[in-house]
Amino acid sequence: MSDKKLMKGNEAIAEAAIEAGCRFYFGYPITPQTEVAAYMAKRMPKIGGVFLQAESELAAVNMVYGVASAGKRAMTSSSSPGISLKSEGISYLAGCDLPALIVNVQRGGPGLGGIQPSQSDYFQATRGGGHGDYHILVLAPASVQEMADFTVKAFDLADKWRVPAMLLSDGTLGQMMEPVSMEHYEAKTFDKPWAVTGTGMAREHNIINSLYLDPQKLEIENFRRYERYERIKAEEAMWEEYLMDDAEICVTAYGISARVARSAVTAARAQGIKAGMIRPQTLWPFPVKPFEDSLEHVRAYIDVEMSMGQMIEDVRLATRCARPVCLSNRVGGMIPSTEQVLAKIKEIAGGLDK
Amino acid sequence: MSIVFEAPKSLIDVPRHYCPGCTHGIIHRLVAEVIDELGIEGRTVGIAPVGCAVVAYDYFRCDMVEAAHGRAPAVATGLKRAMPENIIFSYQGDGDLASIGMAETVHAAARGENITVIFVNNAIYGMTGGQMAPTTLPGQVTQTSPYGRDTATTGFPIRVCELLRELDGAQYLERVSVDCVKNVLQAKKAIKKAFVNQIEGRGFSLVEILSSCPTNWGMTPQDALRWIEEKMIPYYPLGVYKDAAAKEAQ
Repeated sequence: MSDKKLMKGNEAIAEAAIEAGCRFYFGYPITPQTEVAAYMAKRMPKIGGVFLQAESELAAVNMVYGVASAGKRAMTSSSSPGISLKSEGISYLAGCDLPALIVNVQRGGPGLGGIQPSQSDYFQATRGGGHGDYHILVLAPASVQEMADFTVKAFDLADKWRVPAMLLSDGTLGQMMEPVSMEHYEAKTFDKPWAVTGTGMAREHNIINSLYLDPQKLEIENFRRYERYERIKAEEAMWEEYLMDDAEICVTAYGISARVARSAVTAARAQGIKAGMIRPQTLWPFPVKPFEDSLEHVRAYIDVEMSMGQMIEDVRLATRCARPVCLSNRVGGMIPSTEQVLAKIKEIAGGLDK
Repeated sequence: MSIVFEAPKSLIDVPRHYCPGCTHGIIHRLVAEVIDELGIEGRTVGIAPVGCAVVAYDYFRCDMVEAAHGRAPAVATGLKRAMPENIIFSYQGDGDLASIGMAETVHAAARGENITVIFVNNAIYGMTGGQMAPTTLPGQVTQTSPYGRDTATTGFPIRVCELLRELDGAQYLERVSVDCVKNVLQAKKAIKKAFVNQIEGRGFSLVEILSSCPTNWGMTPQDALRWIEEKMIPYYPLGVYKDAAAKEAQ
């Protein structure tokens, strides 16, 4: 018997968070991520955890900030407009070096946008989103299994590096059902001597703070944080390669778009086109290495995104603009089709042959 | 010689940045004395606001967290839910608590969060240089009400205790002042009660403390204290606005 269960993506996130030892969830209803909250509302009281529906996204992320300050694992989840509201708190989490998990089940924007899946929050996620110089870890699952696996991974990375982590998903992954296994997780624990658990009259007081009125001190804090970011870039980038060994055309996509891109690459191979795919699994840090390596044989890149072209900037940077990079996209809640991407691959392949 | 007065142990002995005549110093001392008397310093976590008391984390000897503007009650909620045995207090000004953080204040009270809120009302934004606050009195001149607060265009001051007392989740609400010795002594009693309530698990307690801002009011410290007595107290009457435990006992 397999240990696999059929689960919705949003529910897999919630259950995996519990597996990862998270006992504090704070959220506010918004489509299409509400299943995360609904699942937590059912489960948390049964296992001695806390589920709290906050009065706003601002309050929710600041409750997470409180729990994270106490050194415990906490999370919140939302969808695009709600993440904008949480951005204030995310900046503070980053400025205080607090680990926490923020889930964004993306929907179309800008503004109220729509409730259908989208990938148009890539800039917001990977560039920081809020004010100030900072990054957060961004993991991009492409299956329900990865929704679960990356949730656990995100908690571990956040604790390891003292950097907030985001699971950047979308409405499709959140709503779709696939088999998931969660029996391979090991609960990791991290020492958090910085946490504000009360001094016990046994140590100097701990302070969780992002305010430095002395500009020299604030500069030092920023430099230190970016030194840590450099180490994260060197050690934590994750990606998947598909048929890349001899690829001349590299399709690149993350999340749900990568599922479409993979089918298109398979179809192109069947027609004798040397196509392959690089699928970033971490968006920050962005996996630069597979793109650098691919420059030896790849002649053109096709970036498939459900946005007007956001990750494409990182692809251009990673390939140092040495090859053409073009976009195959749908937006507003529309999902690109295999045919659309395949047509683009054939168009580019035709151009390369001339 | 016997010692008749000592600085509280839970306050760190460093020069503080408050302006001459500002009553934040008195309020810090009262909170610290209460922490000392209750013997809770080792398990207390305080939350500093955005505002004049922003660096209170350098003054209190207990563990401290600095919150974003207005978000202290939400941060306190997270801390208390994560560590129910710890004592969590937030220290907030009027702009922080009654303007940008009103939603967090109201909902923490409505949930009956078992936290202690020290609310310092000086009717002005002090740290940013004296702008109109949600508690600025009608006619009061500030940088952003240079002709005096005109209620026709800026509305009316918010009386926080009166507003919150309708919420079933609010346990204890009292307004006090630190303009004279008698009122300072009463303020300390109220602060102590707000902490004892939390120790006893009673729920949301808020003490509103009328405080002076001589710098931004453009007054001498003495005149500022007189202004509290003559102008603020009539608009913000002192007293207990809610005490659910006392009501139960009746």
